[in-house]
Amino acid sequence: MSGIPHDHYEPKSRAEKWVESRLPVIGLIYDTLMIPTPKNLNWWWIWGIVLAFCLALQIVTGIVLVMHYTPHVDMAFASIEHIMRNVNGGHMLRYVHMNGASLFFLAVYIHIFRGLFYGSYKAPREITWIVGMLIYLMMMATAFMGYVLPWGQMSFWGATVITGLFGAIPFIGEAIQTWLLGGPAVDNATLNRFFSLHYLLPFVIAALVIVHIWAFHTTGNNNPTGVEVRRGSKDEAKKDTLPFWPYFVIKDLFALAVILVVFWGIVGFMPNYLGHPDNYIEANPLVTPAHIVPEWYFLPFYAILRAFTSDVWVVQIASFFTGGIIDAKFFGVLAMFGAILVMALVPWLDTSSVRSGRYRPSFKWWFRLLIVDFIVLMWCGAQPAEGIYGTIALIATAYWFGYFLVLLPLLGVLEKPLPQPDTIEEDFNAHYGKADGAAEATPAE
Amino acid sequence: MFKKLAIAAAAAIVLVPAASFAAGGSEGHIENVKFSFDGPFGKYDQNQLQRGLQVYTEICAACHGLRYVPLRTLGDEGGVGLPEDQVRAYAAENFEVFDAELDDYRPAKPTDHFPVNTAAGAPDLSMMAKARAGFHGPYGLGLNQLFKGMGGPEYINAILVGYTGKEKEEAGTILYENTAFPGGWISMAPPLSGEDVDYADGHSNDLHHVSEDVSAFLMWAAEPKMMARKQAGFLGVLFLGLLSVLLYVTNKQLWATVKGKKKA
Repeated sequence: MSGIPHDHYEPKSRAEKWVESRLPVIGLIYDTLMIPTPKNLNWWWIWGIVLAFCLALQIVTGIVLVMHYTPHVDMAFASIEHIMRNVNGGHMLRYVHMNGASLFFLAVYIHIFRGLFYGSYKAPREITWIVGMLIYLMMMATAFMGYVLPWGQMSFWGATVITGLFGAIPFIGEAIQTWLLGGPAVDNATLNRFFSLHYLLPFVIAALVIVHIWAFHTTGNNNPTGVEVRRGSKDEAKKDTLPFWPYFVIKDLFALAVILVVFWGIVGFMPNYLGHPDNYIEANPLVTPAHIVPEWYFLPFYAILRAFTSDVWVVQIASFFTGGIIDAKFFGVLAMFGAILVMALVPWLDTSSVRSGRYRPSFKWWFRLLIVDFIVLMWCGAQPAEGIYGTIALIATAYWFGYFLVLLPLLGVLEKPLPQPDTIEEDFNAHYGKADGAAEATPAE
Repeated sequence: MFKKLAIAAAAAIVLVPAASFAAGGSEGHIENVKFSFDGPFGKYDQNQLQRGLQVYTEICAACHGLRYVPLRTLGDEGGVGLPEDQVRAYAAENFEVFDAELDDYRPAKPTDHFPVNTAAGAPDLSMMAKARAGFHGPYGLGLNQLFKGMGGPEYINAILVGYTGKEKEEAGTILYENTAFPGGWISMAPPLSGEDVDYADGHSNDLHHVSEDVSAFLMWAAEPKMMARKQAGFLGVLFLGLLSVLLYVTNKQLWATVKGKKKA
């Protein structure tokens, strides 16, 4: 499975041989768990496990919640309160599921930014990256539809605003919007299809996660140096790597446990902190909330969506040249999806021959600025769409696109990278020194 | 990389206030209240909840319902905690519900919910303490909520004591000036004036006490499982913390054979 030479599973007993010759499942599990992993992986590499845990957690808690939930506009809100008040442990299940979504997105954002810094998207890992972006899109769709299910005020109005985005598409928009909603407005048909898809998509995500893991198990993990594992021979590869089990499993589990301490603290002591109070008011199509605010993990892209008002010059130019087909609303929609698209295209936008940001002196700073930019966008998304916030959001949006479309292509040409270590072993030893047991691990030098 | 995030976070914190002076608006002022259930170890004060129940029953219930709250939960532990016979008596004495089988009204039983009340167009109070946030700042960051809580019961309390005494008539409705209500004018007439109820336990019944009692009761109505939740939170954090320590030691030992001495 892996391109890195390593020992494969050899069935020994008769029973093992019997199974392996019919279905090589033990070999598959062995090769997956024992995959050679660069030994210099730092703590930014633990979020993959956290993500896998989140997916499992959301599916398990979700399946139980479904047993008590009623997807009907007249009963959905009351059935949530039924879970909160009458179902044994229901209040904990629901709070875990609610906050589990936030942990999921926190982890995915750190995971994505880790990939962006260490160049994990570069050849030969483009497919891993693209699949990852698809998973991220699916996550957003799932989370959005899940938020509609409690049928609170934010559920209803969030669904109205977001499905309205599709209505902004010229000519066919309204037809698409009606088709998505199952009617002229958000109603029972919408709630039912969102419920159905909210149940389906996590399993699509699970399948994509398998593809994601398959892809990077084929290319091998990236690592903080961006230098590839030596593949000349098994011995050479062993100097750069350690098997995933037990070294990285235990390390990742330790990190997961620490993260869960914080997570459980939030669930136990402040479960509604990340939610919106308006969602404890039952959906009412006749009363619009003062501010319609999406969940925190959508805020950066929500800010990009709202940044383009009709007085912004790019919008005016676009509107002029298309004879008004592209108006401010549609421009915002294009910008929002474009912001994710440029991120997905980063393997081909980054022209640098050096993979890791560690050896790219000016890239480092632009990358830090990108993180600040992301946080600023997130904050803008939570503010009312007026006055100074629009301007800040516009500047931050410009930087987001500028980073991917201008800076990354240019930096690869202009920047003079720092020297990289020749091997992963060299980097590892520079940090930790040669191990006492190194003679065992790397015999006969 | 940790340093990098720290820098980014610091930069964000510096950037944010600089840009947010335009915030603000018509949000009312909410005073923080030291409730017994604040903080990770805070507990509901059973006596206070019982007093709050009395205030709700004698005053609020005239206009506001609690449709999502089952009457039997008045007997639950970690809440109002009435004995079973008192729950039954309370339900029967105070509320009548429509029974579809009898096709008539009958006295409420513990298995019923508090009745719906839409007579005066007043909002249901079941989740009111979670449906309002008292604290948002600073600069819309929501950090105050980290330290003071969401401020739901504080919001209710602030409304109840926030009347200035001024009135105005607008489109046939009388509006009352209230320092806590967004916009400053509320259509609910001042429900409390102090000494509105007589407490059996002789507790002070001035405006502030009555208002805080009923706010605490409504927090319970919105979050009846708060005690159980905090206990689960405490146990979970404790055991996950222990697990973290064990895994830390395991990890340290596992990697000791591959790592040499760390260079300074």
